[in-house]
Amino acid sequence: MNLQALLLSVRLALTVALLLLVLAMPLAYWLAFTKWRGKFLLESIVALPLVLPPTVLGFYALILFGSRGTIGKLWQSLFGHPLAFTFTGLVLASLLYSLPFAVQPLITSFESLDRRLLDASSTLGASPGRTFLRIILPLSWPGLVSAFVLSFAHTLGEFGVVLMVGGNLPGITRTVSIDIYDRVQAMDYSGAHRMALLLLVISFAVLAAVYSITRRVWSPWPAR
Amino acid sequence: MLSIDIEKQYHSQGSSSFQLQIKEEFSPGFTVLFGPSGAGKSTILDCIAGLQTPDAGRITLGDEQLYDAGRKVVVPPQSRKIAYVFQSLALFPHLSVAENVGYGISASSGAERRAIIQSASQAFHIADLSGRNPRQLSGGQQQRVALARSLATDPRVLLLDEPLTGLDAHFRETILQDLRAWNASKRIPILYVTHNREEVDAIGERVVALSQGLVIAAGNPRAVLDAPRAMALAQAAGFENLLTTRVANLRPADGVMDVVLLPSNKHLEVPLGTGQVENPIRVAIRAGDILLATEMPRSISARNILPGKVESMETCGTLVVLQVNAGAHFVVHVTPAAVRELSLAAGAAVWLVVKTHSCHVLAD
Repeated sequence: MNLQALLLSVRLALTVALLLLVLAMPLAYWLAFTKWRGKFLLESIVALPLVLPPTVLGFYALILFGSRGTIGKLWQSLFGHPLAFTFTGLVLASLLYSLPFAVQPLITSFESLDRRLLDASSTLGASPGRTFLRIILPLSWPGLVSAFVLSFAHTLGEFGVVLMVGGNLPGITRTVSIDIYDRVQAMDYSGAHRMALLLLVISFAVLAAVYSITRRVWSPWPAR
Repeated sequence: MLSIDIEKQYHSQGSSSFQLQIKEEFSPGFTVLFGPSGAGKSTILDCIAGLQTPDAGRITLGDEQLYDAGRKVVVPPQSRKIAYVFQSLALFPHLSVAENVGYGISASSGAERRAIIQSASQAFHIADLSGRNPRQLSGGQQQRVALARSLATDPRVLLLDEPLTGLDAHFRETILQDLRAWNASKRIPILYVTHNREEVDAIGERVVALSQGLVIAAGNPRAVLDAPRAMALAQAAGFENLLTTRVANLRPADGVMDVVLLPSNKHLEVPLGTGQVENPIRVAIRAGDILLATEMPRSISARNILPGKVESMETCGTLVVLQVNAGAHFVVHVTPAAVRELSLAAGAAVWLVVKTHSCHVLAD
């Protein structure tokens, strides 16, 4: 078993899930409550990773992050080292890749809140920030848990994006799924099986945990 | 003093859209906003609270501009100090009763804060519920918590959107008494929205009647609701008989006119309205304002005597509701004793007696 690959995957997934929670919250809040007519455009962009092949996303990320890409060049000049084929590059690409999995449950959660609770809070003198902290967040915790867990699980198993942006550097960008691919290529089926089974068990446990808490998440199953 | 002069396009259930247009002043004490659903009552409250923005006009509280379309002033709801109790109450489900009541208090010290929670809770008799969760309360208790929560913020105006629906008359009266007692010292304007005629009578102060976004009458409840000028108001105010008629003859000298009851050709004498001869016109009559006789009455001042037949009878508590066909379909309310003494039954021949001034001519 390649413990290094597993730890790397978990580290990547945790970092991405935590960052996404912070980034997705204002985005989901805005998407849930804005009356802007063009919001479907932003919704479509957020949902793109759901339908795009990860290799396409990874390909554009590679172009952007590469030494001749806009972000890659900027990064090189700021930090003195390239962005592509690094752990940071992997995190950035994964943020895009898992964004809908963090945003969707939060939007669902925010939209299902009784608007009159928010109206009540503001007529009682609370600023929008206070309303968010005292009313919206506490009443949306199942959505927060789902957003975190789903983006964690989704990042844990990613392959295409990692391969394009990260390559296959042990301890830096070789994640579990890359490791499985490598083993299959090398005809090491029993090694691949151990890693694959581990990923399967982790994914199942994570989803079981979410659905035991709530069904009010982005889910293919009807509400209980 | 709260003055509003606003216009707003709003949507009611379905696709119909109305133009809300209202210019009113609200002095301290109760004002009832009365009208059927879709009349724009809640939209007005939302505009005053700042939860919706009017399309044009001004809202002023004392000498402070809360909204002015011309000067582009829109004070956000959290800065208006206007309390609002919604029909759904909107108690925070994750906070205890005491936390709900304390939510809007901006006191400097914890002790001061606790004192305000305490006094608001006592004023509305919920002090012993402070540790409970809103879900564990009865409907009436939830309404008291919502009122205490709003009033603990020491608001300058109180907006109530059908806050006491679903309560029986006794509980409603005790809550209203607590509200009046509270407002005796504060003297702030209280706007009370309802579509329920009984609540208008229970409050018994100034009423503003609305229909489709417009003020159709304002004044004391008796004057406004006993002589409805609009169809929607008559329906809302519980006029059981809304008759379709045609003006036959104007008699300005007597202050009356004759109308023909449709579909039959029976005549009714009603107060002079704005109608022209041959124009269709609606007449509203309360079921309780119609007298029933089993013989043709003579020597009686009432001007309308219509022969008819009882089609069916139904006892509702201490009231008997009769359906009578007398050239048009009438609903008549009588007491059970009257039914016994007159031996009324389905199929009985009766005469309906209606005073001219029990007939209310509607404007639309």
